Amino acid sequence: MNLPLRDITESRHMPEVKVRVWPLTGGIHPEENKRQSTSVPIKSVPMPDKLILPLSQHAGSPAEPIVAVGDRVLKGQMIARATGFVSVPVHAPTSGTVSAISSEAIPHPSGMHDECITLIPDGKDQWCQLQPINDYKSVEPSTLVELIRQSGIAGMGGAGFPAAVKLSPRSPIHTLILNGTECEPYITADDMLMRERADSIVTGAEILQHLLTSERCLIGIEDNKPEAIEALKKAVAQSSNGHQIKVVVFPTKYPSGGEKQLIQILTGLEVPSGKLPSDLGIAVQNVGTAVAVCDAVQHGKPLISRITTMTGEALSKPGNLEVLLGTPARHLLSAAGINDRQLDALIMGGPMMGFTLNGQDVPVIKTSNCLIAGTRGEFPPAMPAQACIRCGMCAEACPSSLLPQQLYWHAKSENHEQLKHHNLFDCIECGACSYVCPSSIPLVQYYRASKGEIRAQEARHAKAERSRVRYEHRQTRLEREQAEKEAKRKANAERAARLKAEKAASSNKESSAVPDPVQAAIERAKAKKVAASTTTNKPAKTTLSADQKELRIQLSLASAQLKKTRRALTQAQEKGEGDIDKLSADVSMLEAQVAKLQKEFETAAVSEPSAIEQPSAIRQQPRAEKNLDNEAAKKLKIESAMAKAALKKAERALATALEEGSSETEALRDAVEEYRQKADSLTKELVDANTGKPAKSSADDKKLKVEQAMAKAALKKAEREMTKAQELGSDDTLSLQDKIDECRKKLEQLESGKPSVADNATGATSSSYPVKTETSDDLKKLKIENAMARAALKKAQRALDNAEGDTQALEAALTKAQTKAAEAENALAAAS
Amino acid sequence: MEIVIFAIIALLALALVFGAILGFASVRFKVEGNPIIDQVNELLPQTQCGQCGFPGCRPYAEAIVSGEPINRCPPGGQSTINALADLLDVEPEPLDEEHGAEKPPMVAYIREDECIGCTKCLQACPVDAILGAARQMHTVMKDECTGCDLCVEPCPVDCIDMVAIETTPHTWSWTLPSREAEPGLIATDMRGQTV
Repeated sequence: MNLPLRDITESRHMPEVKVRVWPLTGGIHPEENKRQSTSVPIKSVPMPDKLILPLSQHAGSPAEPIVAVGDRVLKGQMIARATGFVSVPVHAPTSGTVSAISSEAIPHPSGMHDECITLIPDGKDQWCQLQPINDYKSVEPSTLVELIRQSGIAGMGGAGFPAAVKLSPRSPIHTLILNGTECEPYITADDMLMRERADSIVTGAEILQHLLTSERCLIGIEDNKPEAIEALKKAVAQSSNGHQIKVVVFPTKYPSGGEKQLIQILTGLEVPSGKLPSDLGIAVQNVGTAVAVCDAVQHGKPLISRITTMTGEALSKPGNLEVLLGTPARHLLSAAGINDRQLDALIMGGPMMGFTLNGQDVPVIKTSNCLIAGTRGEFPPAMPAQACIRCGMCAEACPSSLLPQQLYWHAKSENHEQLKHHNLFDCIECGACSYVCPSSIPLVQYYRASKGEIRAQEARHAKAERSRVRYEHRQTRLEREQAEKEAKRKANAERAARLKAEKAASSNKESSAVPDPVQAAIERAKAKKVAASTTTNKPAKTTLSADQKELRIQLSLASAQLKKTRRALTQAQEKGEGDIDKLSADVSMLEAQVAKLQKEFETAAVSEPSAIEQPSAIRQQPRAEKNLDNEAAKKLKIESAMAKAALKKAERALATALEEGSSETEALRDAVEEYRQKADSLTKELVDANTGKPAKSSADDKKLKVEQAMAKAALKKAEREMTKAQELGSDDTLSLQDKIDECRKKLEQLESGKPSVADNATGATSSSYPVKTETSDDLKKLKIENAMARAALKKAQRALDNAEGDTQALEAALTKAQTKAAEAENALAAAS
Repeated sequence: MEIVIFAIIALLALALVFGAILGFASVRFKVEGNPIIDQVNELLPQTQCGQCGFPGCRPYAEAIVSGEPINRCPPGGQSTINALADLLDVEPEPLDEEHGAEKPPMVAYIREDECIGCTKCLQACPVDAILGAARQMHTVMKDECTGCDLCVEPCPVDCIDMVAIETTPHTWSWTLPSREAEPGLIATDMRGQTV
């Protein structure tokens, strides 16, 4: 801080160039400290042990590695490719082996680590195949821009913005400005570059002018670099395109080297807030970038090295070094004679805008223009910040005409709206305000922090907005899906209803006589329910056979009668009139009858549990027949008992009639006679049944009648078949005729009621009929088969008639069908 | 007397004209819904996480407008509360811890080897930030993930982690100078103290 301003005092006496320059707004005059590193020419450094190449050495998206660990690479070979428009590739600075692709410390104010490719040099320094362009004027500008991009050139001034992006402007560029200002103290890399490689700079300027098709090129240099100005002027004068290139010298003032500030100084134009220089038709490139472009185009060399100033009081050999990118700071410091005891602060970049490094392992990257190894005396710790006294010096110093004091207040209170309103984002973070602040307030840190916070908040807000949109889209999608589902469901329901209605309508039409199936089902269910409720009383007897039912009915009838008679008896006893004796006799008789019926019913229920299940099968079994006989006998007994009772009643009625002298006596006598006859016959029958002779009963009569009807039906059927057969001209008419005859004979027998048939009744009725149905069933089946065989035959014949090619196979099929038909007919004939 | 009548007529005419203009404006420039709800909704972080007790950010915005406390949004944190307080002109309150603590921004990460492809997290994600299909491995689009954590619960194999978003050199930013760096004492007095 206490070094004299040597550079400025000397440069003031240099002859001025007759080009108009505009003054810089604000600005400061810090101690320059450039002399220390300009006394010796640019030197190269010995090859380091390893090179650490960060994938992000530029502004924009990081490059993507295209080599693997262990790969051998050549000098100038691309090892990481660009991943977007605002991105540049990384090249191997020397030949060697990739030893790691890992996270390493990078030169960044955060002191963080990032992805790097570590290269172990093999010492051969072997170039890859280079493709220089000899006559760049014959090449399309877009090709040149792509070449510059693929050469990995990023702004060499400090910001590291990809050069190719600036060289693809949206609007035409009329003025190219080369920035040789290098306004920051200590840094002399561009100065030395201009002194030693002025020719390359001018060539680079010509190439840039060619691809930007700009009319003029201005090389801006501060007047504190007389040697550089001299060298450049000489180079421009020698150039064929020299009349378009002008070296412009202007007074030294920090920060003239800012892009917008330089434009203002050289053209008097101010880049509006939020706009780019290209909007004014101006492009600004660093002189170092021009050299890199020249190397890339004329020699085909990608950007693999740069000039870095090594300075600071802790170095014994300060100067400028040509450094391979990726060289660790430690290696460079030792080359520059570092005195570790004196070293206090290691700064990358200038003292105004640079940042302190945490360690010496970080590599030099494309933007590293200076390394300052400062002592404690050179860079004393920052004074403690005092309260703002509103002196306004910061506003005077601000090159962007901002109000640093206002920005400070708003930054402190995190009032982002006001910060934006006060154009915080036009701040170039030059540090002039902090430099002049009498209260030593770290103003730039406030602005940087606020900028970061606002950017983060905007990013959050943008993300929230995107999330909201995505959420709303999702919601509408879900709703739509729901609606679609609902609509589908509705449509399905409607279709089902329509189909049902149609079906119901058609079924009604088809069979209006047939009861509604639903109604039928309901009735069935009802019947079942009733049956269940009746049987629940006697769960043991789920179903009762017909005989049992009859018995039960009789039992209930008898008990009802008994009750009635008893009631009558009690009435008669109470009144003391009527025939009490007779009634009491009746009651006792009825009691006996009820008891008997009860017993019978119980025995029936116990003896035939299986009979309940298969009533039809029972009849075919001898045991069942016996049961049947028993039942018949029982029935007879009951009937005879009832008849006897009726007779008794009738006799009693006759007696009373006789006593009273009624006119009904005659009729009653007849009735008595009748009852007696009936009772006699029943008793006889009962006796017969008991002795084992099957009596001709009404049940047998019924059976006979049924058989007769069935025989008649069979006859009719046979006759129908006969007529059909006659119509078809079938040859089984004969057998059918036989059948008809048989049926007729049987019917006659049944009608005549011959005892032989009656004898058969028990057995034959159960056997002859099923046999007959069986034969007729077989017959039917055979007939169907016959018809089918005939149909197949016909079909085969037709196919044969139609077919012309495959007759052989068809003929075979035909014969087969014929044989089958014949077989079927034979079988039918045999069966009938 | 005539003057009075003319005055009344003139005023009446003016009243009718302006009434008509107002009536037209109220129909023509009618604003659907409450615009404050939209403004509140814009300040909310749109994670749709439901930690506030409402089924999404917009329902909470509606609730805030109808008088619910503004300090129930943990993903938004204090900055959102401050912004809401600013907008609604109320006093900012500290975050209601009942609804969760303020956490650094998170992103869901599916351990892809363990994913069975059940699609349950897909259905849970309010912003469709998970990509996958039935019996296919799922993955989170981390740029779209809001870190709402709603996908963690339904995962039957517990293969989803919530990972804090790391700061990289690209997302890093300077911090404000600490308040202690600015003592109330002037430098000379402080020097006297420290010596």
